[in-house]
Amino acid sequence: MAKQYETVIGLEVHVELATKTKIFCACSTEFGGAPNTHTCPVCTGMPGSLPVLNKQVVEYAIAIGLAVNCEITSVCKFDRKNYFYPDNPQNYQISQLYLPIARDGYVEIESGGAKKKVRIHEMHMEEDAGKLVHDEWDDTSIVDFNRSGVPLVEIVSEPDMRSADEVLAYLEKLRMIIQYLGASDCKLQEGSMRADVNLSVREQGSDKLGTRTEMKNLNSFKAIARAIEGERQRQIELLEGGKPVIQETRRWDDNKEYSYAMRSKEDAKDYRYFPEPDLVPVVIDDAWIHRIKARQPEFQDEKILRYREEFGLPEYDAQIITSSRRMAELFEKAAYLCGKPKKVSNWLMVETLRLLKEHGMEPEEIRFSPENLAKLVNLADTGSINSSVAKEVFEKMFGEDIDPESYVNEHGLMTVNDEGELHAVLKKVIADNSQAVSDYRGGKKKALGALVGQTMKVMKGKADPGQVNQRLKDLLG
Amino acid sequence: MDICSMTALELGKRIRQRELSAVEAAEACLARIEAVEPVINGFVTIDAEGALARAREVQKGIDDGIFTGPLAGVPVAVKDNLCTKGVLTTCGSKMLGNFRPTFSAEAVRNLEKAGAVVIGKTNMDEFAMGSTTETSYYGATKNPWDPGHVPGGSSGGSCAAVAANECPFALGSDTGGSIRQPSSFCGVIGIKPTYGTVSRYGLVAYGSSLDQVGPVARSVSDCAAVLEAIASHDKKDSTSIRREDDDFTGALVDEVKGMRIGIPKDYFGEGLDREVKDQILHAVNVLEEKGALVEEFDLSLVQYAIPAYYVIASAEASSNLSRFDGVKYGYRAENYDGLHNMYKMTRSEGFGAEVKRRIMLGSFVLSSGYYDAYYLKALRTKALIKRAFDSAFARFDIIVAPAAPTTAPELGKSLIDPLKMYLGDIYTVSVNLAGLPGITVPVGQDAKGLPVGMQLIGDCFAENKIIRAAYAFEQTRKYEAPGLCSDRIDAAAGESFDREGGR
Repeated sequence: MAKQYETVIGLEVHVELATKTKIFCACSTEFGGAPNTHTCPVCTGMPGSLPVLNKQVVEYAIAIGLAVNCEITSVCKFDRKNYFYPDNPQNYQISQLYLPIARDGYVEIESGGAKKKVRIHEMHMEEDAGKLVHDEWDDTSIVDFNRSGVPLVEIVSEPDMRSADEVLAYLEKLRMIIQYLGASDCKLQEGSMRADVNLSVREQGSDKLGTRTEMKNLNSFKAIARAIEGERQRQIELLEGGKPVIQETRRWDDNKEYSYAMRSKEDAKDYRYFPEPDLVPVVIDDAWIHRIKARQPEFQDEKILRYREEFGLPEYDAQIITSSRRMAELFEKAAYLCGKPKKVSNWLMVETLRLLKEHGMEPEEIRFSPENLAKLVNLADTGSINSSVAKEVFEKMFGEDIDPESYVNEHGLMTVNDEGELHAVLKKVIADNSQAVSDYRGGKKKALGALVGQTMKVMKGKADPGQVNQRLKDLLG
Repeated sequence: MDICSMTALELGKRIRQRELSAVEAAEACLARIEAVEPVINGFVTIDAEGALARAREVQKGIDDGIFTGPLAGVPVAVKDNLCTKGVLTTCGSKMLGNFRPTFSAEAVRNLEKAGAVVIGKTNMDEFAMGSTTETSYYGATKNPWDPGHVPGGSSGGSCAAVAANECPFALGSDTGGSIRQPSSFCGVIGIKPTYGTVSRYGLVAYGSSLDQVGPVARSVSDCAAVLEAIASHDKKDSTSIRREDDDFTGALVDEVKGMRIGIPKDYFGEGLDREVKDQILHAVNVLEEKGALVEEFDLSLVQYAIPAYYVIASAEASSNLSRFDGVKYGYRAENYDGLHNMYKMTRSEGFGAEVKRRIMLGSFVLSSGYYDAYYLKALRTKALIKRAFDSAFARFDIIVAPAAPTTAPELGKSLIDPLKMYLGDIYTVSVNLAGLPGITVPVGQDAKGLPVGMQLIGDCFAENKIIRAAYAFEQTRKYEAPGLCSDRIDAAAGESFDREGGR
């Protein structure tokens, strides 16, 4: 029988914090400015410039550290990581090695129906580097320092994950916690969340760790899943072929679905870390921690519990709605406004998710307000508009956040409850469609559908199809 | 009226009283610079045009009542590792031969706010690494007392320029004695303030945890007044300290009665030149006669200061200087092949031997496997040295020390044996390691006619005590200017021009 292998994975996750200014200077962190417009002597490493720590970075880092159950270091320090590269204007990165801001935490994940804890080794604060742009025509590289000095936290997990599914669950969990905190938007594509995967394989049952590799350049959840599978296979093939796995950094090419070893020169580095003499230690006292604790939002697990108890939502609904802070906020506000939580949940679970998928949007990008969602729920629930009109109005609201009440009024979309008008239309439809009528009476029950459709058409959709159906049956009885 | 021999405060007073203008003061300094620079080479950049424009502007400010302080209209020379907006800031290096900063150092800005007029940038050991100002890419500076000797370093240009009356005062920087030692060699007064007193923003870093900016002048009063002007709490420097006790001129009192003065025996034993020792102990006697209480004591740990200093300063320097890579500003090698080769060639060609030596030393002590044995041990030593000073200052108000084991060595004699040169820093580096303030005052001359300085060391934030003691001593001894005898100037000038040509 072939040997069974177990994959052992640990993650290093970089998250760009949502501060307005950079970690060590007052430059804007805004994404997408013209090259080198968000720069100053500090973030371009000019001689004589000095870093000054942005307090908001520490606040976000403490909040994240607490949310992932870490110990917060009461006196933490910055260190310099020395390496030469043109995107790094000082040729050292200000980071934390010896006394990182947070240590020894965990998050609980659920994968394949089982719950488990992924331990967090440590989390530290550091600055991002600039961006190199290669000019193919000129055979030169140019550098944009807009991103240089954007604050990051790096969250280092223990090697506690065993599959791509667990890795994705862990990342989703981190992303959700951090989004709930408002500490980052965590977009993998834009690079505001980046993950390096440390992976090794070992024979099932062994308690010895195999030699690991580190994989970089993973910029989507799908790429991470593919890279894990690819690397697992590669390592197993090496071992099966009697060859050793080499400890190295590999770059994943998602188009070719293959990883390449980065040159060992880039890899085998001695960063000559030492304490950053330009910054004083950060003293975090209990009072500061308490202030941040008191401000922490309600996280997903607590919300799920409360939604089930308070609103009577099924676990499945609560799970999906709370998977985004924006959705959860929409749900709660709209539910309070209209008093129909299950109906609100349905609109979010079905139509909202469908349209998000269709437009390739994230839940955080939803534009409509809870007030308008509540109004729509009320209109549909009281039968003031029928379900197909409601869907049409919702789509409009999804796109432009229109007020459903005024929209329905302006466009005359109210369901007609005028018995006389409906009766007249039904009479006319029966008279005009003798073939369908006789088919129905002859036992072809499907023919009724054509008559309902005709009626709705004449009514311009403003009738309730259920009611039309019933009335037709009565009339043709 | 010899403008050039006036102290800064005297000159400032006459400008305020309209006896002369800021422009006349600048013109006088520029003329003096033109006359003596061929011998002294104290400046890397002389900004005559900028200085005169600035002097006119300041004079208008004085007339309009905007500048009313003691330094308004007074010319100043600034060490070339302090950034000056739009004006070359070379750090004495080929690497920054074309570098014009986009902003001025906070200390320079503070002086400008006080109405001082920057006339130029002074020569220095490359990136402040050296004790003689001979490691400058822009030629050695000569000692105004004898151009055959070095002025000391690394602020040799500032100290020589002040001694040679090229300017009434100057700014220097002190990482391991770079203000106090050349002040001693040039017979002028220099203060290294408590770490954190003067903002380091705009000071091109050498050893960040040790660097301080300070004044060099021809009187203790000038130094106190300049320190008062440049000291400030600066949010741009995280290590800057908000000080309430920054009335340094208030310490200019001729009174040392009851002041407890400690003489560390370890500083006056073997290795100290006999004449230097005698001159300093004579000065101590003078203070004792004025009522100070003098006592010898064991400071201990003295022999560990130099290794600890060179490990820490070099480690920080190896990282601080890594930004000079040819990518963004400064020198870039011309013929290179690819990125890594560009780095190597640029840094090989752009840095001098002493800088490379310290970058290598610093990189080594931070390397994995050596960090604990060297860098961490040096940090622990630093903490112990601070403790030794703490217990000394529990007993004494100030400590008296030499600023260097000898008077100024001859040109060309020091760099042959770098280790010996490093050992010359023995009396100054501890002060930086412990973050203490120190002042050098001239106390006499040796048989060769070269100045001897005495270093007074205070506890952290106790500038006022060392200023008071220095001032009290100064009252007993008239300031002596170097002769700058004309045949020496002519002889040395010829030599200096030859060097210019060969550069």
